[in-house]
Amino acid sequence: MRQDRIIRFILMLVAFSAIAGLALIAFFIFKEGVPLIFQVGWRDFFLSSEWHPSEGLFGVFAMIMGTLMVTAGAMLIGGVFGLSLAIVMTQFSGPRLAGALKPVIELLAGIPSVVYGFIGVKTIVPLIRDHLGGPGLSVLACSIVLGVMVLPTVASISIDAFRAVPRSFWEGSLALGATRWQTTCMVMLKAARSGLVAAVILGMGRAVGETMAVIMVAGNSLAIPDSILAPVRTLTSNIALEMGYASGLHRKALFAAGVTLFVIIMILNTAAITLSSNRARAKGGAK
Amino acid sequence: MTEQPAKPMMETRGLTVRFGNAVALKNISLEVRRNERLAIIGPARSGKTTFLRCLNRLNDFDHDYSRSGDILLDGTDIHGPEMDVVALRRRIGMVYAVPVPLPWSIRENITYAMRMAGIRNRRVHAEKVESSLKLAGLWDEVKDRLDSHAQDLSGGQQQRLCLARVLALEPEVLILDEPCSGLDPISTARIEDVLEELKARQSIVLVTNNTMQASRASDRTAFFLMGELVEVGETKQLFTAPREERTNDYLTGRFG
Repeated sequence: MRQDRIIRFILMLVAFSAIAGLALIAFFIFKEGVPLIFQVGWRDFFLSSEWHPSEGLFGVFAMIMGTLMVTAGAMLIGGVFGLSLAIVMTQFSGPRLAGALKPVIELLAGIPSVVYGFIGVKTIVPLIRDHLGGPGLSVLACSIVLGVMVLPTVASISIDAFRAVPRSFWEGSLALGATRWQTTCMVMLKAARSGLVAAVILGMGRAVGETMAVIMVAGNSLAIPDSILAPVRTLTSNIALEMGYASGLHRKALFAAGVTLFVIIMILNTAAITLSSNRARAKGGAK
Repeated sequence: MTEQPAKPMMETRGLTVRFGNAVALKNISLEVRRNERLAIIGPARSGKTTFLRCLNRLNDFDHDYSRSGDILLDGTDIHGPEMDVVALRRRIGMVYAVPVPLPWSIRENITYAMRMAGIRNRRVHAEKVESSLKLAGLWDEVKDRLDSHAQDLSGGQQQRLCLARVLALEPEVLILDEPCSGLDPISTARIEDVLEELKARQSIVLVTNNTMQASRASDRTAFFLMGELVEVGETKQLFTAPREERTNDYLTGRFG
């Protein structure tokens, strides 16, 4: 009994110190960042694109737009390919092909982001520059690189979502004379919908937060991009690029950008949790 | 019009089925006659369900499934090059042991197969919803709530809904895999009544673990044991005077 209590105490201590660490980080970011937002005025912070730290102008609107554009592009690419991959692997391939593809997807998830960025700079950027125009370092390049990076996340969670659909739905539909494709569209996509939405949202979280690969291929210009071939700067890359020499208000402004990022990701995560708990409730209700 | 010798509705010739190395069915030759109710009885793992799933080629999705022997529907080889397997599954309607309404409304469950078959006419849909629910004996209970969720129905109602959605396609053969195993006696009696009425329209193959049900609700009965067809005959004869000792042992409860 006494031994149990001691072990319990130690485990609790470890668990809570981990959580406390996270809470401290969050607290610190907010403590450093939030006062600046009020000092500058939230309009001048969130809705202005003038980011000139030396003149005391800290408008992150262009970066928010950049983050959202790049994320949207990444999700378009990663979502379409990831979802297609999940459909092929769960609906249209035998266990052998699916078994061969699964480790490939896991491998894809394990490649460091610098490598993705490097491939982007060396192949995708020149391709865009030569064939589509512009500097090459662009929203498009960023979207492609990020799209490939979120693909494993989207694919593997979508695969789990499809696998969670009762086989009887699938077979029941086929036994009624629906084709495989009809079954996929009408039954599987609907039954797995909440899981698929969660897959997209978690992929989105990864796209929003990715930094290194984005810095390498985005061009990092401070203007709101006027086309997908224009360079772009995201919130994350801005923090990474400037933190080395920032001090005073500038440093606080970078924390404030971190707060902005934090809030965006919180919104996405909350959406994901709400959706998956809706699913749990729907399942419990059916019983 | 000259009377032709009645071709069986469905027929298997020397059907042998393997899953990997395990033999599930051994050399089964069995016919399903027109407008008859054929019951298949036998203990667990005797191949009843496998046989049923061969008839509408649902086993095709199993990757270690292999087959020899032929299956004929109305004289046509269902594995032949002219056979459209999707159309085949519309001609052979299947009802499962566990009712599996798709996660939509009652109405959508019935119109689904029609929509997938390319029938878009809403009037046809409405007529079919009514007529098939009436056939399955469910219409009076659900006519005021066709748009409510199918999973809100009771188990017996869900099973009759599954029957109705199959009947909407007017299948030539109806195959049922222990359709009453999860149902109470009243729901079971209803389904048996429906089968009796449906006999005039289609051939029925009923797999059941309940020998009493087979004796009540079938014209002929086949007894399967460990993948073999031991005996098939008129239900009355098979239950009162089985030719095979193994059949007698099973019916008197000596095993299974």
